[in-house]
Amino acid sequence: MAEFLQFAFSGLTVGAVYALVALGFTLIYNASGVVNFAQGEFVMLGGMSTVFLALAGMPLPFAALIAVVVAVAIGLVLHRFAIEPARGAGPVTLIMITIGASIFLRGAAQIVFDKRFHSLPPLFGADPIRFGGAAILPQSLVVLAGAVVVVTLLWAVIDRTLLGKAVIATAANRLAARLVGINTRRIVDFSFAVSAAIGAIAGILVTPITLTSYDVGTLLALKGFAGAMLGGMGSAFGAVVGGLLLGLLEAFSAGYISSNYKDAVAFLVILAVLFMMPQGLLGRAQVERV
Amino acid sequence: MARNHIVAAIGIGVSMLFAASHQASAQTKIGAVLSVTGPASFLGDPEKKTLEMYVDAINAKGGVNGQKLELVIYDDGGDANNARTFATRLVEEDKIAAMVGGTSTGATLAMIPVFEEAQIPFISLAGAVQIIEPVRKWVFKTPHTDRMACEKIFADLKHRNLTTIAIISGTDAFGKSMRDQCIAVAPKYGVSIAHEETYGPRDSDMTPQLTNIKNAAGVQAVVNTGFGQGPAIVTRNYRQLGITVPLYQSHGVASKQFIDLAGAAAEGVRLPAAALLVAEKLPNSDPQKPVVVNYSREYQQKTGQAVSTFGGHAYDGLMILTQAMQRAKSADKAQVRDEIEKTKGYIGTGGIVNMSPTDHLGLNLSAFRMLEIKNGDWTLVPDAGS
Repeated sequence: MAEFLQFAFSGLTVGAVYALVALGFTLIYNASGVVNFAQGEFVMLGGMSTVFLALAGMPLPFAALIAVVVAVAIGLVLHRFAIEPARGAGPVTLIMITIGASIFLRGAAQIVFDKRFHSLPPLFGADPIRFGGAAILPQSLVVLAGAVVVVTLLWAVIDRTLLGKAVIATAANRLAARLVGINTRRIVDFSFAVSAAIGAIAGILVTPITLTSYDVGTLLALKGFAGAMLGGMGSAFGAVVGGLLLGLLEAFSAGYISSNYKDAVAFLVILAVLFMMPQGLLGRAQVERV
Repeated sequence: MARNHIVAAIGIGVSMLFAASHQASAQTKIGAVLSVTGPASFLGDPEKKTLEMYVDAINAKGGVNGQKLELVIYDDGGDANNARTFATRLVEEDKIAAMVGGTSTGATLAMIPVFEEAQIPFISLAGAVQIIEPVRKWVFKTPHTDRMACEKIFADLKHRNLTTIAIISGTDAFGKSMRDQCIAVAPKYGVSIAHEETYGPRDSDMTPQLTNIKNAAGVQAVVNTGFGQGPAIVTRNYRQLGITVPLYQSHGVASKQFIDLAGAAAEGVRLPAAALLVAEKLPNSDPQKPVVVNYSREYQQKTGQAVSTFGGHAYDGLMILTQAMQRAKSADKAQVRDEIEKTKGYIGTGGIVNMSPTDHLGLNLSAFRMLEIKNGDWTLVPDAGS
């Protein structure tokens, strides 16, 4: 039982990060149809900017805030100068653009920051909480709580505000949304900005546990994308479920099966799920009208 | 005014004269292919700085055998394919006399055939034992091997009467290779491996693996083979789970950065490392002390960065090469190669080097020091008598 709890907490912590990255994927995908592989770089930017601003003597909360602003600005620039000009291009081209952007951001981070690993002090100390035989870091709870807050806020905005309705309308049909007077470019801007902010927040929250460096984004993008696919591309709730599930799968297969095969097990399960439910666990089936 | 012009003219004339004589004097070209950028840049960058620094210093003193050295450095970006391309260019276009460098094992192995064929002495700066085993005529290396690190750890374990261990290794090339070497030499030290776990090089949580190690029966110590951020996370998770048996890390994390990243969790962790890391702490009787203290001071002064063992490997490579050239009294490739092989009693940053036709590394276990992290700093563990 103690192991089970330990594995579960490990999985939930890692899964919460995957979930936030997956959420970023989903937001941008919904608003613009682009799979943004630079999503992981927002996580890196959040963590690294905070570290370096803090090193420069800025108080931590302020540094974190600026880091989010930096990520949002870069998200907007990415949209305006890389995605928007190529709006008419096919999905493969757009994906290539985002991969290019992610390589560029990684390279730039190498120069602007450095190539070392960095950490941040945890919010509530590093002493683990003992619970049912398992040891949990307080920061893990912060990450989980952060994920809950982000998801709730996002849901509230999307579901309860006019802006949210506009996002949903743009996602459903861009042309129709434009016809009823929605500035769809603004809406896509908004989704890039929010995705970047979510990524940056995730990066700041996990850095005390997972450390950060200029190239943490690649793997996170891959795992986040897998989480988003598992949950169903396009479903925000699915992204969260998929991300958490992926984290749990990894932790449990590392713990109960073999650490050699944990990634293989996780990806096998994803394959199996997608084989049986191609639209993902919670995605809507695509209906093509002929 | 007019006088100023004359002075300037003389100045230009003199400098042109120097430039001309500079070109006329024969130069010895030394090639280097290093991973200055890319994932292994933390190795390649100090190597490049060290080579440039000491080639300048040697040239300032008149070069080797009256010839200035010319350093030709290419950056392979951590890609072994690039390394091979650059190796060919060094041989065919730059026509180098000798080669120092090959930052990673992959790059080195890719370049070996090029230099073997061209018959150019090649001193690699990469870790794996495969580079010099089997012995290749033209290939040497300066860094200690991962097998020696395992042996150093096991000697210390034996000294503490800890014989049943668990290994947790990274699945990257470094972690895997060292794990294999550790398993190969374990019987020699009477160490048995009760449990094994792995983690991906970019994993951010190793508590499941460590929980299993914690629950494995009879484990008296844990050895973590890996480098990068993985070992720091292993160390943190280790303390998080409250595992009390001793934890050993590898020489792959022997840098101050590891202590910074692992924080308080690093207390009590032991690891083998080169003397360079603890330069100032070595007893004065240590023959390596003057060398490592000098190198670390000069490096810190010139670059403003803390020394790493990797730059030290480059220093050793360059010194072994230039001393061999001096003994050979020429830059003739075959003669220099023979002299490198005859290197005896060279005291470098990596240890005392005694090469032979069967040993193109020439280091023994005394090259490693066992360190323990105490109060956020390294302390020397008295030698276990390897």
